Amino acid sequence: MEKVLTARIGKKDSRSIDTYLADGGYTGVKRVLTSGMTPEQVIEEVKKANVRGRGGAGFSAGVKWGFLPKDTKGKPIYLFCNADESEPGTFKDRLLMENDPHQLIEGMILASYAIRCRNAYIYIRGEFYDGARILERAIGEAYAKGYLGEKILGSRFSLDITVHRGAGAYICGEETGLIESIEGKRGQPRIKPPFPAVSGAFAAPTIVNNVETLCCVKHVIDRGAEWFLKIGRNEKNAGPKLFCISGHVNRPGVYEAAMGLPLKDLIFGAEYAQGMKGGKKIKAVIPGGASAPMLTAAEIDDCPLDFDGVAAKGSMLGSAAIVVINEDACIVDVAKNLSKFFSHESCGQCTPCREGTPWLYKVLTRIEAGQGRMEDIDLLARICNQMANGMTICVFADAAIAPPLSSVTKFRAEYEHHVTQKRCLVGARAAELVTV
Amino acid sequence: MSHTRYRVMEAGEARRFPPEAMARIEKILTRYPTKQAALLPVLWVAQETWGWISKEAGEEVARVLDLPPSHVDGVLTFYTMYNLRPVGKHLLQVCTSISCHLNGAESLLERCGKRLGIGLEETTADGKFTLVEVECIAGCDRAPSMMVNDQYFEPMDAGKLDALLDRLSREA
Ligand SMILES: Cc1cc2nc3c(=O)[nH]c(=O)nc-3n(C[C@H](O)[C@H](O)[C@H](O)COP(=O)(O)O)c2cc1C
Ligand code: SF4
Repeated sequence: MEKVLTARIGKKDSRSIDTYLADGGYTGVKRVLTSGMTPEQVIEEVKKANVRGRGGAGFSAGVKWGFLPKDTKGKPIYLFCNADESEPGTFKDRLLMENDPHQLIEGMILASYAIRCRNAYIYIRGEFYDGARILERAIGEAYAKGYLGEKILGSRFSLDITVHRGAGAYICGEETGLIESIEGKRGQPRIKPPFPAVSGAFAAPTIVNNVETLCCVKHVIDRGAEWFLKIGRNEKNAGPKLFCISGHVNRPGVYEAAMGLPLKDLIFGAEYAQGMKGGKKIKAVIPGGASAPMLTAAEIDDCPLDFDGVAAKGSMLGSAAIVVINEDACIVDVAKNLSKFFSHESCGQCTPCREGTPWLYKVLTRIEAGQGRMEDIDLLARICNQMANGMTICVFADAAIAPPLSSVTKFRAEYEHHVTQKRCLVGARAAELVTV
Repeated sequence: MSHTRYRVMEAGEARRFPPEAMARIEKILTRYPTKQAALLPVLWVAQETWGWISKEAGEEVARVLDLPPSHVDGVLTFYTMYNLRPVGKHLLQVCTSISCHLNGAESLLERCGKRLGIGLEETTADGKFTLVEVECIAGCDRAPSMMVNDQYFEPMDAGKLDALLDRLSREA
C-alpha cells in the first residue's frame, strides 16, 4: 500500500511548514474554506468514509460528530485531540506528532470547521516534552501563515489551537478523564451519559478524537471517502492504519498498512517486523495494547488486524499495539507485569477497580513466586468477574482483567505448574531472559 | 493511583512566582475559559521554576488561580510527574512496562541503582541523580527505554547506560 499517514516521515525537515506546503499540505483547508463547502458536508464526507476511531474504541468519527446538538444554546463546542498515548505497547501518535505535526494540525482545522469549534486543544502526555515543543513550533508557523487564528485565509472561520501537557496519568486518556483533567481537576472519568458530545468540557459539547483519527480526516478531505473506503479489508474496516509492534521480534516499530493486514504478515513479513528474534517460537500475542486479551500462537493464524477481525478472535484491535511474546517467557510473569500497570493506574473512584487491581497483582505475584495455592487460580477468575460487566464508571476495569483472565484461560497449565511445582514451567521470568 | 513520590513537609521560604513566570502564566490564562483549567500548565511553570512543588509553591499556584489550596493539593497528588519533594539534577526514569520488561528493563534498572548506589525513589548524596521506575513511556519499539528529565534515551543497554551516567556525572 502507498504510505499515507507516514508518507512524509523520514523526509528532510518533515516538521516544517515549508516542506509541508511543498508536499501539497493545507490544500484541503484552502479548498474547504474557499469553496463554500459547508461544515455539514465535511461531516457527511467523514461519515461516509467511516473513519473509525484510532484511539481504541473504533467508533465512527463522523457519527460521533453528528451527535453534537444542533442548538448549543450559546455554548461553544470544543475539540480535544487525544494525544495521551499511554496504553502499554502503543507509540504511533508520538511518531506522527514528532515527525509530521502539520498533518495533525490540518486534520484538527478541518475537524474544527466541521463541528464549529473555535478553541481546540491537544492533550499531550507530559512525557512527550519534545512532541509538545514540536507541535508548539508548528502551531506558531501555522498562525504566521494564516492557517490558524482569526478569519483563516480570509474566511469567516477562526480557530485557536493550544497544546495542553498532561502530567503522568494513564486514565487521562479515557475521554472523560481527559476532560476532567483539562478542567484542572484529577483525571477521574465521569459517569455517562451525558456523553461529551452533549455535555463535555466546561459543560459544553465536546468532541474527543485520537491523533491518528484526526490525521485520517485530513486525507479523507483531500482524497474523498470513496478512496478511503477502498483501502482495507471491507468498508467497515477501512483506511490506512498504523500498527505498533514490539516485544520479541526482529524489527519492532510502527508500520503503516491497509486496515486488515494479516497479523502473521506484520510479525513475519519482510517489510514489517521480520519474524521472531533468535528464531524462537511465539507463545502469545497481545493484539491491541495491555487492555486486549492475549491470543495464543494458534489463534494468530488468519487474524486480520482490524476492528472486527480481532474482535472475531475474542480480543480487540484497541490502539493497534501488538506485543509479541516468545516461548521462553513465563506467561504468569507477563500477566503480573501487566497487572502492576493497571493497579498503579486505577484512578480509585470505583471500589471493584480500586480494590480489584492491586488484589490481582498480589495474587499473580504470589503464584509467580511459587507461593500460590490451587485455589488462587480460580480466585483470579473470580476477582475478574467481580470487576467487569458494567460494575464501574469506565471500562478501565474491563481492560485490567484482560491479561489475567485471558492468560489463565489459555495457559492454565503454566499457572498450575507454578503452584504444584513451586517453579516456572519455562524456567524463566521474562525479566531474566534479557539482560542489558 | 498509587504515589510513591510522597510529600515531605518542609518549612520552606515563602514562594512567589518571579516576574518571568508570572508573564508566562498571564499568557497561559488567555488560552482557557476558566482559571482552573490553567492548573496543570501553571503547575508545570511552578515545577520548572523551583524544580519541585513544595507546599508553599502549591499555595502560590492556588493564589494566582484563585483556587482553594486543597484543590491544588488534590490535583498535585493525582499526577505522577509533579515532584512533591526535591529530586536530583538528573531524574532517571526507567520504564518497566511490558515491552521494556520483555527486553531487559529490570536489569537496566538494577544496573542504574547499583552504579549510583541508590534504590528506587532515592537521590544520590551529591544531589545529582534520582532513580524512579515509570510505566509505559511509548518507547516500546526502542526497548528498554528510559528518560532523563525531559529527554528519551533508547534503546538502552549496559554500555550506553554506563556512558550516559559517566557523562552526566562529569557535568557540573
Ligand atoms: C483507560 C482508557 C485509556 C485510554 N487512553 C487513550 C489514549 O491514550 N489515547 C486515545 O486516543 N484514546 C484513549 N482512550 C480512548 C478514549 O476514551 C476515546 O475513545 C478516544 O480518545 C476517542 O477518539 P477516537 O474516536 O478518535 O479514537 C482510552 C480509553 C480508556 C478507557
Ligand atoms: S473503573 Fe477504575 S479507572 Fe475507571 S473510573 Fe472506576 S476506578 Fe477509575
